[in-house]
Amino acid sequence: MSTETIKKSAYRVCETTGLNIFKKAEFFTKANAVLAVIFLLIGGIAALTLALTRWSNVMLLDDVWYYRMITLHGTNMLVFWIIFFEMAILYFASTTLLNTEVFSKALGYISLVLMSVGAIMTNYIILDGQADVMLTSYPPLQAHPLFYLGIILFAVGALVVCFNFFATLYKAKKNKTYEGSMPLVTFGATTAAIIAVVALLHGAAALIPTYFWSMGWAEMMDPGAYRLLWWGLGHHSQQINVAAMVSVWYFIATLSTGAKPLNETVCRGAFILYILFINLAAAHHLLVDPGLSSEWKIWNTSYAMYLAVLASMIHGYTVPASMEVAMRRKGYNKGIFGWFAKLPWKDPGFSAVALSAIIFGFIGGITGVTLGTEQINIMAHNTLRIPGHFHATVVGGTSLAFMGLCYYLVPLIFQKDFYLKKLARIQPWLFGGGIVIMSFGMSFAGTYGVPRRLYDSDFSGANLETGFDSIAHIFLGVLGVGGVIAFTGLLLFIGLIVAAVFFGPSLKGKRMPTWQSEREQKMTDELISKGYEVEGEDYHAKTPGTIGLVIIFLLSFAIYYFANWAALTDLWHIG
Amino acid sequence: MSIFHPKGNWFRYPTGAERLWVGLALAWCLVMSITMPWWHFQGKQNAPQNSYTVEVSDFVGKAFEFAETNKVGEINGVPVAEVEPGGDGYLLGSMWRWYPILKLKKDQTYRIHVSSSDLQHGLSILPINMNIHVLPGYDHVMTITPTTSGEFSIVCNEFCGIGHHTMTGRIIVEE
Amino acid sequence: MEEEKIHPIQKFMDNIWLLLALGIAVPSLSYTFWGLAEIYSLAKGILP
Repeated sequence: MSTETIKKSAYRVCETTGLNIFKKAEFFTKANAVLAVIFLLIGGIAALTLALTRWSNVMLLDDVWYYRMITLHGTNMLVFWIIFFEMAILYFASTTLLNTEVFSKALGYISLVLMSVGAIMTNYIILDGQADVMLTSYPPLQAHPLFYLGIILFAVGALVVCFNFFATLYKAKKNKTYEGSMPLVTFGATTAAIIAVVALLHGAAALIPTYFWSMGWAEMMDPGAYRLLWWGLGHHSQQINVAAMVSVWYFIATLSTGAKPLNETVCRGAFILYILFINLAAAHHLLVDPGLSSEWKIWNTSYAMYLAVLASMIHGYTVPASMEVAMRRKGYNKGIFGWFAKLPWKDPGFSAVALSAIIFGFIGGITGVTLGTEQINIMAHNTLRIPGHFHATVVGGTSLAFMGLCYYLVPLIFQKDFYLKKLARIQPWLFGGGIVIMSFGMSFAGTYGVPRRLYDSDFSGANLETGFDSIAHIFLGVLGVGGVIAFTGLLLFIGLIVAAVFFGPSLKGKRMPTWQSEREQKMTDELISKGYEVEGEDYHAKTPGTIGLVIIFLLSFAIYYFANWAALTDLWHIG
Repeated sequence: MSIFHPKGNWFRYPTGAERLWVGLALAWCLVMSITMPWWHFQGKQNAPQNSYTVEVSDFVGKAFEFAETNKVGEINGVPVAEVEPGGDGYLLGSMWRWYPILKLKKDQTYRIHVSSSDLQHGLSILPINMNIHVLPGYDHVMTITPTTSGEFSIVCNEFCGIGHHTMTGRIIVEE
Repeated sequence: MEEEKIHPIQKFMDNIWLLLALGIAVPSLSYTFWGLAEIYSLAKGILP
């Protein structure tokens, strides 16, 4: 049995958790997180201008800049912000949690350069007005070659990080740097990395030939085939987001409440359902496309009989259930929901994660599965219902969870304390609340048929006049108001993070100051230190509160789902 | 803890409340799995089942020919073409209009061939809110039976350049 | 040293290389290859 000799200077011991933080991995975690937030800011400013343009009474931008800003917003948010942040998670989960240094510093630098150059390149060419093609860049629409090249370089860089991640996992196992199985959070990160590999390979398949076409070296790809391959990047990357978000839920649940997974088999089984089936649902972008059969559409859009949806519903139970058990063990046993009220809602790491789970589940998940049924999609394709759905999942779900993670990442990894903690405590509510309002505005406007990615909802200048009822415009106003609130929450987040990281008081050599009361933190620490000692006790733990919550969820799901089928019957017959 | 390593043989089947929930969730997933195929056979609204490859120029030619042959009027310079009940019609998406205007009868069935002469477009019939995707080189055949009468708008909901928000059309359905 | 018998399902869950292979193979076959096969074998239409 060989053990890797670890130089004393190659790692530090975290004063709060006792875990080893390895210097090289720590650098890459920080670098990717900082870059992520830079592109979040660019994407966020674009978002504000868009919200104020769709709000028909304001119409801030002109048509050229509106379409340009959508391209800028989509690319920065769905690709650069979120994948950079996920790379940071991969570095952390494969090293600190497995007690090993990252496999290769050189590969780390190469990927950092590739991803940064790619992101800057694409941003530049969009702002230069040579890529007004939306993030999706559907041929025959053609962008300047640098648009594609930038995304390709970014994707290659991300693949290198994934390789580094798997190599680190292999090295850790070989050198036996840990006993037993990898922790659940690392397993979730592995799920994300596997999905990332599939997504990035699809991106290469869609964009490399398209890049060649833009250079005049090859014929245009069939537009139907392009859509299939591109959504292999576009939607599969959302599934990276889901897996990473759920891993963050488990991580923060442990750190903020002392929760531990009630049954590792169930949680890991759910992640495996993601690995096998979650990517199939990219098909829901193609449900009303020509060229694909109903069999293909129905099988794939159902995630193979909704097995991946089952996985999400499982996590939707196990995460709050683990917290209910932890809370009850701390003595919060009053009634069915007493523990729920006593959760650390003032801890922004916790509240962001809790809001993320609620928003993702109730709004994002339910609308996504419903809109992704072949027939209901006829009422929804390319309407604002679609952004209404995905802002709840990607923004209210994943991005909000990542923000919550930062409230622990900054003190633990950057070792800096926050200023204005009162504002930090409300930030998740402000951002989450704004996104929910905006999502409602989008979804209701979309039910009237208001298209997504559309500059002028009055169609001014069209030869044949048309427009929407004033009620649709009211909902566009709701969209605008929600967007402004969310942007305020976003700006607050970035301000707090930047102030802490660059100017905050140093926490070197100190424990992280708790976001909760000292008494709460002590009870949480006690639970965490017990680790798996009291494994047997939880087998029969009662979770009536969580059962109540998930039953409410299931009923909401059923009501929304069947209401949509009922609405479908009002449509003309089509087939 | 989610951050610690489970050791030894940690495998365990779900028990108690966890098992109950997994069962309920699985049952719901199976219900949802049945609804799409069920509706496919029993329901009246399904994604268009037929599509073919076409040469763009062939389709454009046929669409114009159809509009000429079946012309019964004109609105703002766009021909209104009446489709024979049970027959075929054409709808061409171009930057930036839908061509021609279609005239249909309520409760009659039509095969409407939809394609694009240039970029990708999104066919969206309002206010009923019926949407399909339109690709150049593909004849997307929608077999429709209007169940309501009146004047309906068509808008485009797939970004197709700077004139995207002026790309409209019309369908007239008589009693 | 007593070797604890590990359940085969646990062994499967611990095998990230198998999971990586399946995670690439299953969606690629079900979504990508099946989809491309349908698109590229689409029949030419005879326009009425």
